Amino acid sequence: MSKILVIAEHLDGKLNGATARAVSAAQAVKPDAIDVIVLADAPDAIAAEAAKIDGVTKVLTVARAENAHALAAIYAPQIAKAAAGYTHVFAPSTTFGKDLAPRVAALLGVAQVSDVMTVEGSHSFKRPIYAGNAIVTVDVPADQTVVATIRTASWPAAASTGSAPVEALTVDATLPTHTRFVELHQGKSDRPDLQGAPKVVSGGRGVGSKENFEIIYKFADKIGAAVGASRAAVDAGYVPNEMQVGQTGKIIAPELYIAVGISGAIQHLTGIKDAGTIVAINKDGEAPIFEIADIGLVGDLFKILPELEQAL
Amino acid sequence: MKILVGYKRVVDYNVRIQVKPDGSGVVTEGVKLSANPFDDIALEEALRLREKGIAEEVIIVGIGPADLTAHLRNGLAMGANRAIHVQTSEAIQPLTAARTFLKLVEKEQPGLVILGKQAIDDDANQTGQMLAALWDRPQATFAGKVEIADGKATVTREVDAGLEVIEAELPAVITTDLRLNEPRFIKLPDIMKAKSKPIDVVDFASLGVDAADHVKVTHYAAPPKRSKGVMVKDAAELVAALKSKGLL
Ligand SMILES: Cc1cc2nc3c(=O)[nH]c(=O)nc-3n(C[C@H](O)[C@H](O)[C@H](O)COP(=O)(O)OP(=O)(O)OC[C@H]3O[C@@H](n4cnc5c(N)ncnc54)[C@H](O)[C@@H]3O)c2cc1C
Ligand SMILES: Nc1ncnc2c1ncn2[C@@H]1O[C@H](COP(=O)(O)O)[C@@H](O)[C@H]1O
Repeated sequence: MSKILVIAEHLDGKLNGATARAVSAAQAVKPDAIDVIVLADAPDAIAAEAAKIDGVTKVLTVARAENAHALAAIYAPQIAKAAAGYTHVFAPSTTFGKDLAPRVAALLGVAQVSDVMTVEGSHSFKRPIYAGNAIVTVDVPADQTVVATIRTASWPAAASTGSAPVEALTVDATLPTHTRFVELHQGKSDRPDLQGAPKVVSGGRGVGSKENFEIIYKFADKIGAAVGASRAAVDAGYVPNEMQVGQTGKIIAPELYIAVGISGAIQHLTGIKDAGTIVAINKDGEAPIFEIADIGLVGDLFKILPELEQAL
Repeated sequence: MKILVGYKRVVDYNVRIQVKPDGSGVVTEGVKLSANPFDDIALEEALRLREKGIAEEVIIVGIGPADLTAHLRNGLAMGANRAIHVQTSEAIQPLTAARTFLKLVEKEQPGLVILGKQAIDDDANQTGQMLAALWDRPQATFAGKVEIADGKATVTREVDAGLEVIEAELPAVITTDLRLNEPRFIKLPDIMKAKSKPIDVVDFASLGVDAADHVKVTHYAAPPKRSKGVMVKDAAELVAALKSKGLL
């Protein structure tokens, strides 16, 4: 008898696609129920989206002014209360879920399983350690609530053809005032979202400058791809932090990943292991990226990218 | 104000991790061990706050086996005032680490605890959040910028959507992201000076923290390998290859 509570991630009144991936992982547990909980100041539109996710039993909304921004210190006590009666609490392994789930687990006095890749049993999971260089099987004691974050790149998004009921929930939790949201600087872009895009073009230190990155954007736009980057490119200020792919950035699984001027450090590769086809363009034929690329092309990116556009 | 800093020793990030053939663990014999990169950043941030006069004392904490001393000396050489070595031969899971930190927090009453956002061995990314929950204090995770004034921390957090700024009343827990700062190098004279700095050894059992394993790791496996693919000679060949796969 498993009952799973999935924490919805949302921003600006819209459900984040990572939520439907966490629902997929919940389905793999074969539970009796999967409920999605939406904490927000105005949860209705978000809840309506969540209600469509296949496999969802019902959607619970907790409407409170304090829930306007996803602060873990505010959300966690409410989730911990709402978790009563559930065997599992799942959140996506995004910065939202990683911030929140451990706080929930600690309030419940249980461990937390990070980055679930596969479900082996209701209390048994596989997860990566050492930047994905080893995969461990972890077992949670059968009498404990399982609090886990779901490695979104390992799970497809559950389809959106359902129509689960939505219920308002009141949780009796005292909320702290010691933590306050100030502002969010969002990278605004009309390009596809890095975490869900089927095609991604990433640039590394080899691109050389912020100005030069235009060549990456231009090519990506031509093929309708999202744009990512290595840590070196972010650190050098070529692009903002939310574009970083890798161990400490975003873990993605596009159908096509094109790495341009990226050497292929282990910490970068861990972010793209699940990509369908990896293409590497690098002027150094010995670059480690070629050891894992499905298709490699040795050459100068400033020459190759224009040629590629021509050849499309 | 005192700052408590998590200073974990891990397999160096440059080491190619090998899983033991029998699936019982990863090979750690003879491999290079270093400070968790995020913890070096945590220590650097604490030192900068001390240099600005915001903190008086920086205390590094390592939970681990008896031979952790040399590692803690490195942190002292970098500039920490003193170290607490919670000694245990067992591997410590995040919830246990958080409960251990809570005991030290109760004793030392720091204004700030700075931990790494994740230890690069277990990649758990949990301890700071758990400590903040147990302590009932704010958490500012994945910090890319920290400002302390008027009894509060204003922290810029690196989140998926961009950069989020939050305010946290002190005392609070901050966890570091890679871009927070660049840790200083240790200088030779500082290594000498560090020899006389105190390391307080505390027996883990004496803290009365529940040490039961909360999850059991039953098997280690190497990740599925991606095999080397094909090389193409020019842009035209690449486009053709992608078209034949239906990717363009
Ligand atoms: C704890 C930790 C976490 C980390 N997390 C991440 C992470 O999440 N993501 C990440 O990416 N990194 C991460 N790193 C950093 C990682 O180790 C590498 O330093 C980084 O990925 C290197 O980026 P790069 O490949 O762009 O740069 P480089 O390694 O400098 O490679 C640049 C490449 O560009 C090629 N090049 C140069 N000019 C041209 C040209 N004109 N045409 C074609 N090719 C050219 C060069 O041959 C070279 O191979 C992490 C490191 C640590 C310690
Ligand atoms: N055994 C330990 N000794 C010292 N600090 C630790 C230990 N375990 C965890 N930490 C701190 O907690 C952070 C996050 O670890 P984790 O939750 O395991 O990813 C680390 O970067 C350290 O700052």
